[in-house]
Amino acid sequence: MPDALTDMLSDRDWILADGATGTNLFNMGLQSGDSPEFWNVDKPDNIRALYRGPVEAGSDLFLTNTFGGNAARLKLHGGQDRVRELNRAGAELGREIADKSGRKVIVAGSMGPTGEVMAPLGALTHEIAVEMFEEQAQGLKEGGVDVLWVETISAPEEYKAAAEAAARVGLPWCGTMSFDTAGRTMMGTTSSDMVKIVGKLDPQPLAFGANCGVGASDLLRTVLGFTEAGAPRPVIAKGNAGIPKYVEGHIHYDGTPEVMANYAELARNCGAQIIGGCCGTTPDHLRAMRESLETRSKGERPTLEEIEAKLGGFSSAKDGTGADDTPKRERRGRRRA
Amino acid sequence: MADDDEIILSDLSDEELVEQMMDDLYDGMRPEIEESVNILLERGWEPYRILTEALVAGMTIVGHDFRDGILFVPEVLLAANAMKGGMFILKPLLAETGAPKQGKMVIGTVKGDIHDIGKNLVGMMMEGAGFEVVDLGINNPVEDYLEALVREQADILGMSALLTTTMPYMKVVIDTMKEKGIRDDYIVLVGGAPLNEEFGRAIGADAYCRDAAVAVETAKDFVKRRHNQMNA
Repeated sequence: MPDALTDMLSDRDWILADGATGTNLFNMGLQSGDSPEFWNVDKPDNIRALYRGPVEAGSDLFLTNTFGGNAARLKLHGGQDRVRELNRAGAELGREIADKSGRKVIVAGSMGPTGEVMAPLGALTHEIAVEMFEEQAQGLKEGGVDVLWVETISAPEEYKAAAEAAARVGLPWCGTMSFDTAGRTMMGTTSSDMVKIVGKLDPQPLAFGANCGVGASDLLRTVLGFTEAGAPRPVIAKGNAGIPKYVEGHIHYDGTPEVMANYAELARNCGAQIIGGCCGTTPDHLRAMRESLETRSKGERPTLEEIEAKLGGFSSAKDGTGADDTPKRERRGRRRA
Repeated sequence: MADDDEIILSDLSDEELVEQMMDDLYDGMRPEIEESVNILLERGWEPYRILTEALVAGMTIVGHDFRDGILFVPEVLLAANAMKGGMFILKPLLAETGAPKQGKMVIGTVKGDIHDIGKNLVGMMMEGAGFEVVDLGINNPVEDYLEALVREQADILGMSALLTTTMPYMKVVIDTMKEKGIRDDYIVLVGGAPLNEEFGRAIGADAYCRDAAVAVETAKDFVKRRHNQMNA
């Protein structure tokens, strides 16, 4: 049975996803340090307002307020026994807003990382990680999401665990990683590494890509890396609206709607089909992105120089994908036979 | 192929052994590091000399390659684990011999945030550099930080956050320190993926440290400056 996102991917050249969750909730008074997921039950009207933001700005797809809704993350708020309930509630509110919109809007069930290091480096085993994701995915499914949306992952092992959880609950899934360390994830995964990982996964994600990370320029360099390596599935680009700054008591991202309009245009030219924002991306940014995608036509694949000229510089000279920038080990000592 | 097994650590001269330890730290080989530390102790090396000339020097190389995007978190965790093996042997001996101390740091991830990978790296690298580290773990409210600073008579406060939703809490902590008139009694260092220098300045920290290696350099620098001020 075909699902809503598969249909949309085959009908449309581009799909506008949503923007920020956390940074937008702060603007509604969420206190730093508190769990946003509790609001799915305690302040449902705020969450409705959060979801309406992207829907009214023209997003075709938005993520539920369940990023930290796994047992490992909820534990520090004493919410580890409320995984199913909080995810279900976040998904139900999403379903309600999407169904009221009068057009086709996809509800994607957000699943962020566990925050733990996986075995053998860390203590989290594959089996426990799969169980944690499965528990969350089950709640999201009960609440009626169209697709599971795994995001901000840095370890390939965790990405695979989430894929397995999606298979267990029987929902299609998408998954993005966060490339925030010299073009790689914190764990050293490059864009071309991710293409290889996705190619071997079963079940494969409906779409894969990058979210968050450093800035919009870096994110698009990663997208270029995906397509160059022969992306096996449609590509997702969800970049931050610039760089975080602290202004008058709250976090403000310095990317303007105009910058994000250029980013959306460039993201499509880089080969992304699902385009959205991440931290700092407000409905105003999304409106500008929608207009840009609707009014500007698809152009040539941009060079890194063009991206830099329109969106700003990169955080590192290389991104680990070139043959000449394979890590070199500067060893002082030497092995003796 | 030159096989690692063919190296007999105890056959190496002191100089060769120290070089070998740097390689072994780089490769995260904990049993080899433990063996080498014991060999040097048997040869009469002072514990403090083993710490600085072998372990700290080796971790400095790891730190630089981490900073330069040559090594990533998995390799650094392995290296730090190997260093921990060596430190476990040296720690009691260091205490006995009264080795010089760089300073004391209280470190922890802020309230609402459970991410501790980066914070743990900073803690281990700081220990490797000769600092005493009191790790408060994750999810720390302001009271926990303040209580630990006083109890431990610390010099440095290190705060970590990996989420845009938790990073503003650092300002809550610093503002509370200001209210209580103790802000300037401590060096405040902050770090975490979504932060940057400007953010560090805006919330009133002494410095933002982009990674564990920078944290160590910055801490040393501030401690030295403080020391000079006191003597001035």
